Formats: sequence, structure tokens, C-alpha cells
Amino acid sequence: MDKTIKNLAIGLIALIILAPLGLLAVGETFGEWGNEELQEKLGFVPSGLERLSSLWSAPLPDYAFSGGDESMTVSAAAYILSAAIGVAICGGLLYLIGKKVAKD
Amino acid sequence: MHIPDGYLGPYTYIAMWIIMIPIWYYAGRKLSSELKSKQVPLLALAAAFSFVIMMFNIPIPGGSTGHAVGAAIIGIVLGPWAGVIAISVALVLQALMFGDGGITAIAANCFNMAVVMPFVAYYTYKLISGSTEITSSRRVIASGIAGYVSLSLAAAVTGFEFGIQPLLHHTAEGVPLYMPYSLNVTVPAMVLEHVLGFGILEALVTALIFAYIQRTDTSMLYGEKSAAQKMKRAKASTA
Repeated sequence: MDKTIKNLAIGLIALIILAPLGLLAVGETFGEWGNEELQEKLGFVPSGLERLSSLWSAPLPDYAFSGGDESMTVSAAAYILSAAIGVAICGGLLYLIGKKVAKD
Repeated sequence: MHIPDGYLGPYTYIAMWIIMIPIWYYAGRKLSSELKSKQVPLLALAAAFSFVIMMFNIPIPGGSTGHAVGAAIIGIVLGPWAGVIAISVALVLQALMFGDGGITAIAANCFNMAVVMPFVAYYTYKLISGSTEITSSRRVIASGIAGYVSLSLAAAVTGFEFGIQPLLHHTAEGVPLYMPYSLNVTVPAMVLEHVLGFGILEALVTALIFAYIQRTDTSMLYGEKSAAQKMKRAKASTA
């Protein structure tokens, strides 16, 4: 394998392992409030927002195992697993598509 | 910057799908006509990298958290059209599997992060680089500025999409149905936290990876010929 590609891939694996650092940041994100947060902020939840917000149930919501009240260790494991799944699917999918369409 | 379901009303999210479908189609056509076998591993790495870097939430003063997108370096290295595909794949997976960004808002999120970012980054980088040598340190600075500007602009576009909701959708009494805050709140909020916080991270990530590729293999960079090709061309012109 090309040396530069190999080193970039190693960097990516390091990022997967370090991903739980992203869990340390606590706080809200503008425009990504949940219904309870909106209730607190506004005193109501906009009705269209409330209807659409429950449209989709993701299998691993917020990169965590469903349930929510997990210890930091479990959260970190779920986060690393999510990163690994993301890398495998994104990388794998584009590798396959790329191989199919690429020319020399 | 991942807009969840419910924040954009149907006018906006449907309009964004109508805008994005031809962009995806064209990007796909462009990728299949231009992609070289040698670039395939890099394309795969790019999508995977974008997925992971968005998981690195950092706090900024004021109690807000956010992240870099990695879209600027992808636009510069692979070209903006390949960037559209790579980053869109990451965003769709985040929405479907991890609930990060809404299903209805996939097109809007892809427009902001997978179109605005790689294009703004690529052209900012080209503009500042000018005709300098590919190994020039000015190009490292250019890539950093491209990361900063592209993330900040994407944040402004996101803020705009948020802010027009109260105008487009409200009850007869004026109660908002979707995103409740208007432009005078959403645009400054989105722009400020990205200009003062996350944009700096995107700039660092972009410049760091650019400097690494520049020092190891410039033939990977979009629009650059490999050393062998250059030599062949030079020979052909002297012959």
C-alpha cells in the first residue's frame, strides 16, 4: 500500500480510539435542542417541530446504546464502536463504489 | 451544525431536496468520469475521516459545543465534486444510524456541509495559493484559511435556513411551528460560535493534513500531476 495512504489510515485509527474525548464536552448545541430543552427555553414546544422530531428512531441515537443512563465506560465503548461502524461503512462503501467507477 | 428533524418546515426541507438531487446526480457523474484507481483509497479515507472528525465535540466559552467537519481538506485534496459524495455519505449514515441530523433535513445538512464547505474551501485555497509552487508554505496558510472561511460560511447558511422558519411557518396568532428563533438570533449565534471557536479547529485540521500531504506526496492533490507525468511532459516539450 502507498506509504502516505497507510499513514493517513493509521491516523484515522488513532482518531477512532481517541473519539471518546468528544464526549467530554458538555453543553448544548444551537438549534439541536431536545423537546424538554425547548419547553424550558420557550415554555412550549413548537407543534410542527414536536410532530417531526419523532419521525425517525435511529438504532444508536447520539452514538450511544439506547437507554441513555450509561456509565462513562459504556458511553466511551459505544462511542468507539459508533466511530468504527461509521469508518467501516463510509470507507467500505466508497471503496466499493470507487473501484467500480475508477479508470486508470 | 446537524439540523435535526422538526427545525425546518416543509417548504425549506423540500426545497433543499430539490436543490440537492441534481447536485448529487452531477457529482456522481463527475466522479465516475474523473476518478482514478489510485485515488480510490483516498476517497474511502476521506468519507471515513469526515464521519469521525464530526464526533470530536469541543466546548467553547458560553456553554456551547460543536465540531469540525473535515470538509475543507477533502474539497482541497479530492476536488469539490468528489467532496460532495464523500461527505454526503458520512452525513446520511449519521442521520440514519445515529440520529445525528434529521431525515427530512438530510438534503439541507448535505447542502451546508457537503456542498458549501468543499466548494468554498477549494476556491478560497486556489485564490490565496495563486500560482505559487505546490510545495509553497503559502499553500498551507491558504488551506487553513479555506477551512476557517468555509466552516464559518456553512454556519451562516445554516443560520439563515433556521432563521427563515418563523417567517414561513406560524399559526394565525404568530406562534412559530418549527425553529422558533428568527434571523436576528440564528445567524449571529451560528456565525459567532463558528468564527470564534469551531472554525479555528477546522483551520488547524485542514492545514495540518495539507502540510502532511504536501511533504509526502503532492501527486495526491486535486489537479496536480505526478512527478512521472511532469517529467514525461517536460521531455515531450523539449523533444
